[in-house]
Amino acid sequence: MQNDPGDAGPDEARRRLFTTMYTIRLFEEEVTRLRAAGDVVGSVHLCNGQEAIYAGTCAALDLTRDIVFPTYRGHGWTIACGAPIEDMFAELLGRESGLNGGRGGSAYLSAPQWGMYGENSIVGAGAPIATGAALAATFDNSGRVAVAAFGDGALNQGAVHEAMNFASIRHLPVIFLVENNRYSELTVTATMVASDRLFKRSSAYGFPGVRIDGNDVGAVRATVAEAARRARAGEGPVLIEAMTERLVGHYIGDAEQYREPGELDRARETEPLVRCARELLDAGVTESELEALKEQVRRDVAEASRRALASPLASPDTVLEHLYA
Amino acid sequence: MPEETKNLTYAQAVNEALSRALAERPETLLFGEDVGIPGGVFGVTKGLRRQFGERVFDTPISESAILGGAIGAALVGMRPIAEVMWADFTLVALDQLINQAANVRYVSRGALTAPITVRTQQGSGPGACAQHSQSLEAIFAHVPGLQVCMPATAQEAYDLLLSAIWSDDPAIVIENRNVYHGEKEPVRLGGPVRPVGGAAIRRPGTDVTVVTWGTMQHRVLDAAERLQAEGISCEVLDMRWLRPFDTAAIHASVARTGRLAVVHEAHTFAGLGAEVVASVAESGLTLSAPPLRLGAPDVRIPAAPSLLAEVIPSAPRIAESVHRLVHQSRHAA
Repeated sequence: MQNDPGDAGPDEARRRLFTTMYTIRLFEEEVTRLRAAGDVVGSVHLCNGQEAIYAGTCAALDLTRDIVFPTYRGHGWTIACGAPIEDMFAELLGRESGLNGGRGGSAYLSAPQWGMYGENSIVGAGAPIATGAALAATFDNSGRVAVAAFGDGALNQGAVHEAMNFASIRHLPVIFLVENNRYSELTVTATMVASDRLFKRSSAYGFPGVRIDGNDVGAVRATVAEAARRARAGEGPVLIEAMTERLVGHYIGDAEQYREPGELDRARETEPLVRCARELLDAGVTESELEALKEQVRRDVAEASRRALASPLASPDTVLEHLYA
Repeated sequence: MPEETKNLTYAQAVNEALSRALAERPETLLFGEDVGIPGGVFGVTKGLRRQFGERVFDTPISESAILGGAIGAALVGMRPIAEVMWADFTLVALDQLINQAANVRYVSRGALTAPITVRTQQGSGPGACAQHSQSLEAIFAHVPGLQVCMPATAQEAYDLLLSAIWSDDPAIVIENRNVYHGEKEPVRLGGPVRPVGGAAIRRPGTDVTVVTWGTMQHRVLDAAERLQAEGISCEVLDMRWLRPFDTAAIHASVARTGRLAVVHEAHTFAGLGAEVVASVAESGLTLSAPPLRLGAPDVRIPAAPSLLAEVIPSAPRIAESVHRLVHQSRHAA
């Protein structure tokens, strides 16, 4: 899903963003099916509803040199970076052809060839690592910008605060991106922070913070583009709080008893795919064009899943390899 | 780098190794708390900031940012050397070493690597509190994906640090502040950098193999000297690297002596001494006496010198224990 809005007209760019987001959504739906069927096992964290953050951010970056450090809720990031979905299915299915040969699984996969430097299953741990990649950019003339993505719950992790301070004193080209879906796993984040205006946290460290509508893919793209420009110019980090809604549980199997009645119905009205589709129609794309686009994604996802399922399991013969150089 | 020999303290030997790495490998960076402008709380990094400029810098007191920052920089091609002032402080950021650095190569099948070197120092010293006294090598050595060494002399401090920096995987170099500013010794500088791993025989002997590492080696050598006067010949084996662990060297020595003692400063329970004894037991080698483990008992590390002396094995206590080990089997035979 390489987004290349620079060479495309605004409609084409929006179409590509929609395609990326729809691919992410259908990927997650297919993973849900595979998990229920027992083909995918273990803990799986889906990102349904948060797709605009991934598509918008990656469209604003130059992934030939910029890199992202997502969380365990990282399928969407990986797809938005451009990794092949067949290899992602294969990874979740424990196949030899998986992105990491089945060693990463759903919650700890990486695709560095596409600028995706690894999910992280330790909340907040990616922030200092992304900061280190940005530190390297101040020595290697790469012009690299690093994105540390994490959830709202991670703002209560010390490592994130160490990273923000370190990045700020050295003016490092890193973007701290909070995917605020209002839940720290199963707990309402507002009850776990004295102020739920999380973007304000950056002010203590002397760099800008901004809250945006994370379900507006255009707003995400524009905000990240400006943050990246700033970072590349040596002006230091930015904290972006992208407000969104998780349309699913924290993990597959989460009973979601913490939800208010009607909460998800409201969220479905403002979710990014609904909005982006409406924008495409408003811009003159026809219903049948949109349907054709969706049909293509449906076919691609189904085909990728089928091929991954048919590929051989990860070979136990290699299980001891790659511990050291 | 041309070879030469200089008389150096342990701290100066570390400084020489860092200086060589920064000069020969442009992808190296050196950072940590007080390492830049102050030159290190123990003076080990003195002058390097002046010599190498921005590549040597001070950090906030933020171990997660230091270690995570090193890993992130390493993932994109740098070769950071991070200092954690005391090994006890690694505990506040163990996530970055164990969950992050140790995993990346294996999980990505080599697509990502974290060639970081973490310099730290540990061990007890009179008056040091319980949070500045621990010997933590077994925690690191337990983790596949990490490499751990404990140089005991100025020469080893130079050699092992360079091996760690040159290695393409995360390495933890555990120094000991008590020897930083001791006697100078001739140190061979320059020459090829050796790959990691490999134990060294510090004193050849025939009656008993005494396995040790870190600066405990000096007490063991002192004990071996005392035992020689009593007619007991000790072979002292310095493991140097605790991961990779040179079990072949242990087995070869025990095959010659038929007796085994392990002496370390760390706690005996679940310590690496148990690994040494288990490995010899599994090898099928026959011992003429039950093996001996000597280390710290199950207590925290006290500050008062009189209490500390009771906890950490001394040369006389090592000599007495090894003497008993050898004599009980001689009488039995």
